Amino acid sequence: MIQAKGLTHYYGPYPAIQDVSFGVRKGEILGFLGPNGAGKTTTMRIITGFVPPTHGTVTLDGYDVVEQSLDARRRVGYLPETVPLYTDMSVNGYLKYMGTLRGMSPKVIKTRLGDVVDVCRLGDYRKTQIGKLSKGFRQRVGIAQAIIHEPQVLVLDEPTIGIDPIQVVETRRLIQELGRDQTVVLSSHILPEVSMICDRVLIINEGRIVAEDTPKNLAEGLQGVDRLEVEIGGPVAQVLPVLRGIGGVNDVTHVNNNGRHTYTIQAQAGKDLRDEISQAVISNGWSLRGLQMVGMSLEEIFLRLTTHEEL
Amino acid sequence: MRTVQAVAWKEIQIYFSSPTAYIVGLIFLALTGFFFTQDLGDPFPEATLTPFFDGAIIVFILLAPALTMRLLAEESKLGTIELLLTSPVRDWEVIVGKYVASLVFFLVLVALSFFYAILLFVYSSPDLGPIYAGYLGLILYGSAALAVGLLTSTMSNNQIVSAVVAMGILLALFFADRAFGSIGGFTGEVIGQMGFRGHFDDFERGVIDTKNIVYFVSVIAFFLFLSIRTLESRRWR
Repeated sequence: MIQAKGLTHYYGPYPAIQDVSFGVRKGEILGFLGPNGAGKTTTMRIITGFVPPTHGTVTLDGYDVVEQSLDARRRVGYLPETVPLYTDMSVNGYLKYMGTLRGMSPKVIKTRLGDVVDVCRLGDYRKTQIGKLSKGFRQRVGIAQAIIHEPQVLVLDEPTIGIDPIQVVETRRLIQELGRDQTVVLSSHILPEVSMICDRVLIINEGRIVAEDTPKNLAEGLQGVDRLEVEIGGPVAQVLPVLRGIGGVNDVTHVNNNGRHTYTIQAQAGKDLRDEISQAVISNGWSLRGLQMVGMSLEEIFLRLTTHEEL
Repeated sequence: MRTVQAVAWKEIQIYFSSPTAYIVGLIFLALTGFFFTQDLGDPFPEATLTPFFDGAIIVFILLAPALTMRLLAEESKLGTIELLLTSPVRDWEVIVGKYVASLVFFLVLVALSFFYAILLFVYSSPDLGPIYAGYLGLILYGSAALAVGLLTSTMSNNQIVSAVVAMGILLALFFADRAFGSIGGFTGEVIGQMGFRGHFDDFERGVIDTKNIVYFVSVIAFFLFLSIRTLESRRWR
């Protein structure tokens, strides 16, 4: 559905993004993940045709966003990061206006308006002036205008920024629902959000793509080591050497949390040491209070990819 | 065409629901009313709208930018331009739609000033020619001023900057004839011919000269063209 090849964009002499290439299949939810200023917004602006790339091409459903701009734009619904709305219009009036701009006839708008208002839960606020709505509702109006013309591609720039946690959950659910029929590209700097909603993640930093995979594979592939978290009731001075002595254990760190001693064990890749550890604990007469395998969190992967530091 | 209509309709609604437009209307009527009554105190007053027209074209140098400054500057400021330009809308449709809206509001203002003409007809029998021609001239003149204001609104995301620059351009065009005298020669002639004033005077006298109509229409076309180009260039900056 979306094909981006070698996208580069310069603001003056500074490259915002360099040689960014990716593809998005129909019905896929792709997440752009990266720190602020990484080039997420620039990439989205290029996809939507707001700014042309300095080099490279993007096609939507086969239409080049620069050469066949109108055809491409007809297929896109876009929610920019700042949720730009005409504050002196009513919700209804605004959605009608945006629908007309997207080439919908008044009749189609009328029927579609009801659906969109339902989907975005704006029912009671149809006649309210947008300027009087709270941030969360404005966000919903923003999403409503992006989907009113049933676009094949939905581009959402930081769709959950600045709204309260309950609305964040609702918005995420809404995006997942939309992602069933539509191709969705969204950006975020919130890691759990991306791993929760997206089928695939592109991690972008300093204008370049540093990793691309499913959230699950990213976590697995970058792990290298398996980690275990164990809570043991027993004298720390004795427990540590015993744990370190188990074959396959690379490193053990200890945390004392109000008398609860938790040990994090780095095991060699692919080794499951749960049996060895529990046996060691029990044979020494200590109590095993918890044992858990923990993968590397997306946060850690993200930091590792974007800061060039080994964890 | 439907998008032009949609853009224009939205702007018209905003005009008629915003205080700015009403303040502009109030000032326009108050000042032109003042100019209209100026000569009536003469011992032998002439039944003419000439003082009204003379006043209106000066007042409009200040008011046209006030009407147009919001049109695109605010879209840039609010960021709504991002949605406008990523919708399947051509740049000229945006510019023409906005322009039509400002034109509609301006025509309403002009229509309100018919009140002065009606007064003349009630109390005397004025010469028709200069009134018809004068109104045609005023409409052309105002339309040109709005086109200038639209261009400066397209160039900046600050409404004040947009308005002040438009006023500067309009004043320069208004006084261009004066420059003719001081410069002289061919260059002076060219600059003089670019001015609003000389082209408007004929209308006021009741003369409808194609040359003058062509002049104002060209000015409108030129500034609309520049506006479209400026909007287009946003994509490349």
